[in-house]
Parts: sequence; C-alpha cells; structure tokens
Amino acid sequence: MTVRRDDVIAWIQAYADVIAENKARLTQLDSDIGDGDHGTNMDRGFQAVKAKVPEFADKDIGAVLKTVGMTLVSTVGGASGPLYGTFFLQAGSATAGKMELSLNDWIAALQAGVDGIIMRGKANLGDKTMVDALLPALQALKESASSGAGLPASLKASAAACEQGMLATVPLVARKGRASYLGERSAGHQDPGATSSHMLLQAAAESWSMLAD
Amino acid sequence: MKKLINKPEDVVKEALQAMASAHADLIKVHYDPNFIVRADAPVKGKVGILSGGGSGHEPMHGGFVGMGMLDAACPGAVFTSPTPDQMLEATKAINGGAGVLHIVKNYTGDILNFEMAADLAKGEGIEVEAVVTNDDVAVQDSLYTAGRRGVGVTVLAEKITGAAAEQKRPLKAVADICRKVNAQGRTMGMALTSCTVPAAGKPTFDLPEDEMEIGIGIHGEPGRTRMKLKTVAEITEMLVKPILEDLPFKSGDSVLAFVNGMGGTPLLELYVVYNELAKILGGRQIKIARNLVGSYITSLDMAGCSITLVKMDDELISLWDAPVKTPGLRWGI
Ligand SMILES: Nc1ncnc2c1ncn2[C@@H]1O[C@H](COP(=O)(O)OP(=O)(O)OP(=O)(O)O)[C@@H](O)[C@H]1O
Ligand SMILES: [Mg+2]
Repeated sequence: MTVRRDDVIAWIQAYADVIAENKARLTQLDSDIGDGDHGTNMDRGFQAVKAKVPEFADKDIGAVLKTVGMTLVSTVGGASGPLYGTFFLQAGSATAGKMELSLNDWIAALQAGVDGIIMRGKANLGDKTMVDALLPALQALKESASSGAGLPASLKASAAACEQGMLATVPLVARKGRASYLGERSAGHQDPGATSSHMLLQAAAESWSMLAD
Repeated sequence: MKKLINKPEDVVKEALQAMASAHADLIKVHYDPNFIVRADAPVKGKVGILSGGGSGHEPMHGGFVGMGMLDAACPGAVFTSPTPDQMLEATKAINGGAGVLHIVKNYTGDILNFEMAADLAKGEGIEVEAVVTNDDVAVQDSLYTAGRRGVGVTVLAEKITGAAAEQKRPLKAVADICRKVNAQGRTMGMALTSCTVPAAGKPTFDLPEDEMEIGIGIHGEPGRTRMKLKTVAEITEMLVKPILEDLPFKSGDSVLAFVNGMGGTPLLELYVVYNELAKILGGRQIKIARNLVGSYITSLDMAGCSITLVKMDDELISLWDAPVKTPGLRWGI
C-alpha cells in the first residue's frame, strides 16, 4: 500500500484547514509563553500554500513538498517559518522524483524533515519545542514499521506518540525560542509548536487512513 | 482601541508606501518581497549593510536606511521577523561588490530567517557576514535560554557600523566594529503601559495604574519584575545599576548614553530621565562623551523607556560623529 501524490496534496490541504480552524487556539498557546503569533504565522503560510496547489498539482511528491517548504519559508516568518520550511524542503529532497511513497519512503521523508528542524533550530529533546512532539513520532513510526505493521496502523501509532510528546511539553521549562525568556514561568503550558506539529501528523494519519493496508 | 489604522492587515504596507513618497530623496521601497533600500544602492566598493525585524519598532530599521547607516532594511509583519526571500533580494540589491553585513537582533525567528538568507546569498556568490546584537541585561544569559535580546544597542551599532562602511573598510573590519559596539553596550528597559498589537486590538498585558514593569523587551514580553511606581531618580537608578555592573562600566570610562522612548512617552519625560542619568553617571566619574535622546527603537504605543550605554573610544566617537542622512537620524550634512 502506498501514498500517492494526490494523497500528499490532500494531506497538505487538510492540514491548512486544521490550522485555519485552530488559529486562535495556537495563538492563545503562544500568548501564554511567547508573543502570541504562532496561529497567525502558520495560517498565513498554509493559506499561501493552498493558493499554490494548482502550481504543483502535477509535479512529483518531492517537488510538491519542496514547493510547500519554499512557500512557508517566504510567508511565515518567525521561528516556525524556517523550521517548518526546512522540514518540508528536506522531506522533499528525500522523496525527489517519487510519484508514490511506501511506508519506508515516508519514514525517510519524516526522518529528513525532523533532522532538518534539529539542524536549523539546534533544539534537543526536552527543550519544549516542536522537536519534543516530532522525535517520538518518528521513533514510533520506525518501531511500528519494524514490527511489521502496515502504513495506516503505523501512521496512527506515530500520531499517538506525537500527541504524547506534545502533552509532555506541559511541565517542561523552555530552553529554546521566545518561551525561554520566561524561565520557570514557561512550565505549566503546552508548547504551541509541538501542538501544530501534532496536528500535522494527525492530519496525515486521518487523511491517509482510508488507504487499505 | 483608538488608532489611526485603516485595517490592521494593511498597516505595514501603507506605512511603506508613505515612507517611499515622504522620503523619495533618500530611499526606495521594493514590494513583494518587501524591503526599503537606499536610493543610490548599490554603492560600488562599499560593504552593504542590511538589517531587519518585525515592524512596530519605528523608526528602526527602515527609518535608518540612507547615507552613513543602513543600505537596506526588511520589515516583517508587526513583531514577526521578516522572511529569507526578502533578505536575499535586499542583499542582492545592496551588494556593491564588497560583500554584505547582516545586523540581526537576537531572537530565534530573526536568527533562523537571516541564517537561511545568508546561506542562499552565499549560494549566489555574495560574501555575507552576520553580527547578532544581544545587549538586554534584563535577560539572564545562560546556556538554557535563547540568550539576551537585541535591543537599544542595535540603533547605535547601525549608525557606527554604517559610518565604518562609508569609509570603504572591508567586510571583516566593518563586522568587527559592529561586534565591538555590541560587546561594549548594555541596555535595560521599563514600561509604564503595555502596547497594543494592531491585529490583536487589545493591550498585550495589563499593568495597573500605579505599577510599572522593569526589564521589558520591545514586543510586550514580560519583564524581570513588576512593582509600584517610583520616582524618576529611583527608576533611572534601577535601570542603570544592572547595566553598569554587567559590563562593568568603571570610573573614568567614556560612554555614549542613549535614553530611548518606547513609543508612548513624550520627549519631555525622556529628558527628565536623561537628567537623572547624567547625575548618576557624573557621581561615578563616568563621562558622557555623546548622547542620543528620543524614541528610536519603539514598541508600538508602549509608554516607558530604555537606557543604553556603550563604552566609547576615540575611533567609535569619530564614527558616531560622521555624517548620516536617513529619515530617522540626520546630522553633519
Ligand atoms: N530552536 C528551536 N527549535 C525548534 N523549535 C523551535 C525553536 N525555537 C522555537 N521553536 C518552536 O517555534 C514555536 C514558536 O513559533 P512562532 O511561529 O510563534 O515563532 P516566534 O518564535 O514567535 O517567532 P518571532 O520571534 O519572530 O515572532 C515554539 O512553540 C517552538 O515549538
Ligand atoms: Mg510566537
């Protein structure tokens, strides 16, 4: 079972809608420990991506993801623009020329994307960032795949681990980004970037769930 | 919210259009991607200097584009860093063959976007150096934070570095001057009121009538402490003490003293602060070699001020005195 190019585009569009619906929530999370712009930043970026769909609808998956990345880099700003932009650019490089993705291809794409975020932002696990949601998601995806589970089940496991990682940011003290200025006062709040990352992988699990194993 | 704003989403664009027509002799504005550039850019053989950041701090940075200061500035949305495509186009537009210096305030968003832009510009064969300003003593500098924020020193560094570039010094030397100003400068700010981000439409935080916040940044971030209002002498002392101790500044030092308004405080009050500052420094035998008083790095309509001190030597003083001709700062010409 594979994820085709059109499935990838459907996932991106679904995510843009999730962001639009949750814009106020993401911004509220960012007001608590940041500067209250994460929802606005992400929505600006993904609305721009949505408007670009006709331009990349006939390209290969690598090119689709790269265009998403470039669009985010040039429209989001803030910390999340270069971070999510790099995620999609790297995932695009890992899937260059492909018209469909096997489970292993998706693992390679996610690995490249998360590596890109870490390379750019230099965050470690536990710094209270999106990395805290994404690394467990990648880990769970790999474990699920090596235990022989198929694509939809592995995506589900990955999204569930991502949610756990997101929830686990609540008690943490931020060591990266704006929230780190608050020191101890950043504890007790969920990280906005980890929240938008969970929405991303949750959207993948949901929009690709109907693909038979 | 009572504001001279048509639509919050148009505020940055309308201000750019106005700057282009009000200062057509000094600057040009490029749209999509947005940047403000010196009218005569690129200046051949001169290091180009680019800065940028979120909007809402005017006149910084766009108001400092012109002879003797910045070659270009990239404005982001209000309080949000600009994007690499803006920075790349601006870098190309001001490269006169001697390379380009990026002056970046230390915020994760600004750092990451400028890093990507520098990578892209280098990919196109342009020599780029970046200097990060991080002068805010209100933030504890430790391995466990994103580090100190770039604030007041940025304005002074842009002026002094711009003068060095105007003398056609090479990129490395121009960057070193900028690093030196940052290394020898410290800032501390305070707020009497919050600011109101246009898109949010309400104050970022509540500050009761009889309280103030010490150690604020320039984006309505919380400060170090909140307390009852005190006399101007006491407030000035609270701002200056951590600055003096941090570098440290010593008896016999010469300084550039900068009293900056946050956007909602009248110049009259800034002079009252300057008066107290001069007394405190005089008492410690620290000489005010040069000064700047006014609102140059603001936080929208926040009331309050910041104090920046930079330790000066003869070279820095002569670069400070050099002519500058920008919408926001102009002398010697
Ligand atoms: N160094 C980093 N590495 C990984 N993620 C980071 C890093 N710094 C911040 N983040 C993530 O970015 C999120 C904040 O993104 P947001 O869009 O609000 O940008 P911002 O930091 O406010 O940018 P700006 O300061 O320019 O406004 C955080 O919740 C965190 O998950
Ligand atoms: Mg933010």
